[in-house]
Amino acid sequence: MYSKTVMDHFKKPRNVGTIENADAIGEVGNPLCGDMMTIYLKIEDERITDIKFQTFGCGAAIAVSSMLTEMAKGKTIEEAKKITNKDVAEALEGLPKNKLHCSNLGADALQVAIKDYEDQKAGKPRQERQQAEKHEHAEKDVCYCPYCDSEVGEGEAFCKSCKNALVHL
Amino acid sequence: MNIINFDHLSANPILPEVQEAMIDVIRNNYGNPSSQHSLGDAAATALEAARDSVSALINCPVSKEIVFTSGGTESVNHAIKGVAFAKADKGKHIITSNIEHNAVIRSLKRLKLFDYNVTSVSVDKYGMVDPAEIEAAIKDDTILISIMHSNNEIGTIQPIKEIGEIAKARKVLFHSDAVDSVGVVPVDVQELGVDLLSFASNPFYGPAGVGGLYIKRGTAIWPMFDGGVQENNKRAGTENMIGIVGMGKAAEFAKRDMEKRIAHSKMLKEKFLRELPDYLDEYIINGHPEKSLPNHISISLKYIEGESVVLMLDEEGIAVSTRSACAAGALRASHVLLSIGHEFADAQGTMVITFGMENTEEDVERFLAVLKETVVSLREISPLYKK
Ligand code: FES
Repeated sequence: MYSKTVMDHFKKPRNVGTIENADAIGEVGNPLCGDMMTIYLKIEDERITDIKFQTFGCGAAIAVSSMLTEMAKGKTIEEAKKITNKDVAEALEGLPKNKLHCSNLGADALQVAIKDYEDQKAGKPRQERQQAEKHEHAEKDVCYCPYCDSEVGEGEAFCKSCKNALVHL
Repeated sequence: MNIINFDHLSANPILPEVQEAMIDVIRNNYGNPSSQHSLGDAAATALEAARDSVSALINCPVSKEIVFTSGGTESVNHAIKGVAFAKADKGKHIITSNIEHNAVIRSLKRLKLFDYNVTSVSVDKYGMVDPAEIEAAIKDDTILISIMHSNNEIGTIQPIKEIGEIAKARKVLFHSDAVDSVGVVPVDVQELGVDLLSFASNPFYGPAGVGGLYIKRGTAIWPMFDGGVQENNKRAGTENMIGIVGMGKAAEFAKRDMEKRIAHSKMLKEKFLRELPDYLDEYIINGHPEKSLPNHISISLKYIEGESVVLMLDEEGIAVSTRSACAAGALRASHVLLSIGHEFADAQGTMVITFGMENTEEDVERFLAVLKETVVSLREISPLYKK
C-alpha cells in the first residue's frame, strides 16, 4: 500500500530524536486520528543547521516526518517556509488517499516551529511548546461516498450525488 | 520469507481435507441442487450433508434451521433486517450493545432511517454486557435483542445464555453474532436459547465467503434476497456449493478437534502472556481475563501507534492485526476500545493477536523477541514516551 520511499523512511527514519537547547520547537496534533508530531530546530544565521523529530503515528506519519526533516535540513528559514505538505507527499512518491492528511502533520509542525523561532526573535514570550491553534488544513480533509466515491461532508445523511443514505460511524 | 500468522481473525488457512472436498465439487459434482435429474440429486445430497455437519457443530436440533449465506456479514444483515421487517407491525425497538461488529451497528443505523429505534447498552471495563441492563431496556415495542457471542477486538465472551433466558421470558427475539466463536469454542444454540445465530466458515479453517444463519423454527423473518425457493425460501439464489461443501467438511473437523484446538491455543496464549513481562513494560491486556476466546489476545502498547507496529512486524515476517484509528478506513478510534474506557492514545497502540493450529511455541518466542525490538524502536520515535 505504501511506496518504496515511504517504506524506506518508515523503516530507517532520519533525524529521530530531540535537540537539547533547541532554538525552536513545533508540536502539532493530527485532527483526524489524534496523532502527534514534534519538530526541534537548531538555527544559525537564519539557516536550519539541525533538525530532529518525534512522531506518534502511523507508518505514513513517520515517513512524512523523516522526509520533511531531510528536506528542511540546511535550508534557510525563508526556504523552509515554502515546504508544503504536497512537496513532502510528492517526495515520498505519493501517499494513499486516506493517508494524505498525515502529510499535513509534518509541514505543519515545521511551520509551527518556524513561528516559534520568529516569535522569540520578535521578543514575544516563549511558550513551553507552541500548539497549533487551529489545524489549517482540517477543512480540506474530506470523506468520500462509499457508493459513488464523490466527496461528501462530515455528518451528511445522504450523498448529494448518488442519493444513497450515508451511515457515518 | 515464511510468514508466521498471528492474525487468524483476518484469515485462516483452509484445511487440506477441506480443500480436497472443495476440489471434488469442482471436478465431479458441479450440479445444481434444484435440478430434478441425477446431477442435481448428487449436489442436493452434498448440500444436505454439509447442512447436517454444520448443524451438528452448533447442536441445532433440525438441520433445516440452518441457512447458508455468503458469510458472517450477510447472516447478521439477514437476521437483523429480516426480523425488523417481519415484525415491523409489532414494534420498532431493537436492543444491542456498544461493542458490536460493524455489520450489526450499520444494519441498525440503516434501520434507523426507517424509523426503528435502537437502545445500545454499555459494557464494563472487560467489555462485558450486563444482562440486567438488557432486561431494563426492554419495552413493549421491543422486537429484537442482538448481542455478539464474542468480541472480535478484545475476545470477551458475553453471557449469552442469561440474555437468552431474559429474551425468552419477555418474548423478544434474540440474535447473537457468533462469527468469532462458532467452531472456535463450543456453541450450542439450544443451551444458549437464541432464536438466530450468525456464523462463518473461515474461523474454523473453512473457506471465506461462506457462512450460515441459524433461524429457529417459527421465527418471523423476511428473506434478504428475493428469487427462487432455495434454502427453504429463506435465501434465493443458486447455492455456492464449493463453499458450502468446504464449510461442511470444516465443521466436521471443528467438532471433532475442538478440544485439541482450544488446548493448543490456550497453551500459546498462556505462554505469551506469561513471558511478555520479560520483554515489555507499559502495556494493557484488554478483554476479560477468563471469559474470553482461547485464541485471542488484545494488547494496548503505550506511546506507539498500531499501524506502524503491524508494518514493522511484517518486515520481520510476522502478521498481526491492529485496532488503531490510523489503520481504520474511517480514521476513527475503535468504538470497542473507547467503550471499555481506553484513552484515545492507548487505543492507538492496540494490537490483536489470534493464534491458530499451525503456530508453535517457537513462533511465540520469536514473536516476543521481535515485538520487543519493534516497541523499543517505535517508542524511541514517539514524543509521548519519556524515558
Ligand atoms: S498518523 Fe494517523 S493515519 Fe497517519
